[in-house]
Amino acid sequence: MGCGMGKSKLQLKKCERVSLSVPAATAIRAALLIQRWYRQYVARLEMRRRCTWNIFQSIEYAGEQDQIKLYNFFGFLMDHFTPASSERNLISHIFRENEICRDTEWERYFCYKDIEVPDSYTGPHLTFPMTFCGVSKLVEAFKHKQQLHARYVLQLLGETWRLLRILPNINQVSACHTKEITICGDLHGHLEDLLLIFYKNGLPSSEKPYVFNGDFVDRGKNSLEILLILFGFLLVYPNDVHLNRGNHEDHIVNLRYGFTKEVLGKYRMHGKKILKLLQKIFSWLPLATVIDHKVLIVHGGISDTTDLNTIARVDRHKYVSVLRPPKPTHHAVNGSKTQMMNNRNREAGGLVEGRRRVCSLTYHSSAPAYKHNLPRRSLHNQPTSSQLNWSVEEELKRRRRQAGFDQSYGELTKSDSDSDPESGETTETDEHEWKQIVDMLWSDPMPQNGCSPNEVRGGGCYWGPDVSEEVLGKHNLQLLIRSHECKQEGYEFCHNRRVLTIFSASNYYEVGSNRGAYIRMGPDLVPHFIQYQASRTSREFTLRQSIGWTERSALRALKEQLFVHKSDLISAFHEFDPNNTGLISLSHWASVTEKVLNLGLPWRVLRPQLVSSTRYGMVDYHQWIRELSITEPKLEISDNSILETMYKNHSNLETIFRIIDTDHSGLISFEEFRQTWKLLSSHLKTEISDKAIADLAQSIDFNKDGSIDINEFMEAFRLVDLSAHS
Amino acid sequence: MMPLVHRLIFWETPVEIGTIIYSLGCFPTQADLHDFTAEVEEGHTGYIHLDKFLPVMTKVLLENKYPPIPEDLLLQAFEVLDKEKKGYLEPEDLTKYMTQEGDVFTQEEMDEMLTALVDHEKNLIYYKDLINLLTIDPDM
Repeated sequence: MGCGMGKSKLQLKKCERVSLSVPAATAIRAALLIQRWYRQYVARLEMRRRCTWNIFQSIEYAGEQDQIKLYNFFGFLMDHFTPASSERNLISHIFRENEICRDTEWERYFCYKDIEVPDSYTGPHLTFPMTFCGVSKLVEAFKHKQQLHARYVLQLLGETWRLLRILPNINQVSACHTKEITICGDLHGHLEDLLLIFYKNGLPSSEKPYVFNGDFVDRGKNSLEILLILFGFLLVYPNDVHLNRGNHEDHIVNLRYGFTKEVLGKYRMHGKKILKLLQKIFSWLPLATVIDHKVLIVHGGISDTTDLNTIARVDRHKYVSVLRPPKPTHHAVNGSKTQMMNNRNREAGGLVEGRRRVCSLTYHSSAPAYKHNLPRRSLHNQPTSSQLNWSVEEELKRRRRQAGFDQSYGELTKSDSDSDPESGETTETDEHEWKQIVDMLWSDPMPQNGCSPNEVRGGGCYWGPDVSEEVLGKHNLQLLIRSHECKQEGYEFCHNRRVLTIFSASNYYEVGSNRGAYIRMGPDLVPHFIQYQASRTSREFTLRQSIGWTERSALRALKEQLFVHKSDLISAFHEFDPNNTGLISLSHWASVTEKVLNLGLPWRVLRPQLVSSTRYGMVDYHQWIRELSITEPKLEISDNSILETMYKNHSNLETIFRIIDTDHSGLISFEEFRQTWKLLSSHLKTEISDKAIADLAQSIDFNKDGSIDINEFMEAFRLVDLSAHS
Repeated sequence: MMPLVHRLIFWETPVEIGTIIYSLGCFPTQADLHDFTAEVEEGHTGYIHLDKFLPVMTKVLLENKYPPIPEDLLLQAFEVLDKEKKGYLEPEDLTKYMTQEGDVFTQEEMDEMLTALVDHEKNLIYYKDLINLLTIDPDM
């Protein structure tokens, strides 16, 4: 009897699970069907997400590549145009060696003491030396959108500069048994993310050490606030807060990506000084952090030539911009200088009084009028082995190819470097050092073995798992933590979990595009991740909604790119449409679009979202371009091609404007405006007539004094997507 | 079409083979996926070489081996689970079926499904509307 009851009890249980009135087999079949359907749906979403990601990333990196090409072009100009050339004069100041002043002279220039804080100022007041209360007050103030007075900004930055100068190139940190270390990646001016991290994790302190792995600025609109907060904590806890330099801690990059604009916008009177001081501060930021001699943290990554002993020895502040080759060092004092550097960097991190004075001395002994006769190097000339078997000719050819030139600049003479063997030697060491630093700040990991130039970004390398093993092995390290690349989950392992990417700016490409994350690490050196996503609304997006949102944004950005290249696209389409039918096959459409835009995107996959209709597998390309629904401002300009050039080179143009605007006033004269266009047309190897430029200038409302406001100008020529409001 | 797949997964974190097959418009069952994987996998590395994948995948597409689920069949499947024919499902019921029957969902998959399908005001799953919403886009 007992058994019988037991059996029926079991059977009842099974039916309860599935429901009494549905036969089990049917329910299973139904479940299978629904599961299959749903998994397919999720997979499609995942592919769409990857596509969208691809779009954003390609456009982002193409922009970086563009920037470097532009910079290399300027370098080329500097080397090969006659000194009298007016174009050269316009840009020479960004290459000018201006460190002939003593530090004391700079201190005088940056002095804040004469700046008065008016009674009407409602922002925070800082007292020095900085205290924990002071920084917390600063954080609160920024949370409430207040602005720090220029006097305090300069004062804080001045103190930071003084501190950074005595720090070594590589921060050495120990994860002792009482503390867990927090490691953050790119912040890019996203103050809300930094505040979120502090909220979840606590403020930095001696009990709560932090490492910030570069790219604090650019893109977001609170880059300066982030810097001030990080520097504030650095001043209060110099042994527990560690900053690494990122590729965006670089004034040349800032010209393009918004930090320069942000500072000048917020500080009209003292912005220039603040930027100058920041230039110095950036160059003095440490390059790497090592935890317990086991975990290496750098912003970009490594290459097959990475050597931490070399990095520890370099004169890091020589590299004001990492894009720029090193300043000349006088080889007569090179020996003693190296000695000094060795001494300095072997210190565990304590203060050494005499250091600073020694550095200044070596600078003074170099001839003040030393002219840098050697050709400036672009970022990709680095010899891969220690012996130099490049020739100047080869190198220039390679550089020209990368910058897209042909031979039209004429025959180039060999450099002066072989005439002076000693300075040649200095150059080799400098070049080698420079490559190490560029690689550390710009490189990206790749899945395949090997090491090759990072041509997508234009700087640094792509390095493979074998290089990770080799470099980590050589230095007895177990893990490389880096940032530099946006990841959807905020972090990602690769290379057999030997390399970890950490990215702390959530919603980087668009609201909902990605989470941010930070790492907590104890003495066991095992990373733990905390993810987050800053949001303006409290609404939870479903996966589909957030992918849809991000996708729409990516497609808008892509349509803009397509629009600005429309002339090139149409003429390329014509080549495949000899009978002028206005139609082109889908596969030709895809291959042409890729050839013109060069973004490496899967156009066939994107086609349904870019091309609304096809006729028997053919695309009506004229209609397609019209349907992109992008408008430009209505202007009385006779020459349409100058408009298109402008849209295509929006960022380049803005960069050149800001370079030319030497006093950082935000205004340039008509003559400078004209010169800018001449420079751009040289770079692009296209003809832009004086008349077209004059027309363009006329269509803008000038201020009475005949100057152009850069911001207004760039705003006026922003593309507007008509479909943005749908 | 294949080069697109290659480009999508190139430079990215590894993608599940199922994701790729699904995104090409196919509807394999888990058993189908296991068989497919067995045919193309490199030993037991968990990795698949593109050269091995492409011919097998091409064949699958040409033979239409894993055809889509017709909408009416899907509707029937939901109606089977909605025994009282109310027109909706409770989250708990769907969860029971999805996580206990057939090719069971992981907790993560289930959470995601609920977020995506549940009407947040009523806390119910109106399956008829969803089928319309989530159908395939006319594709490559």
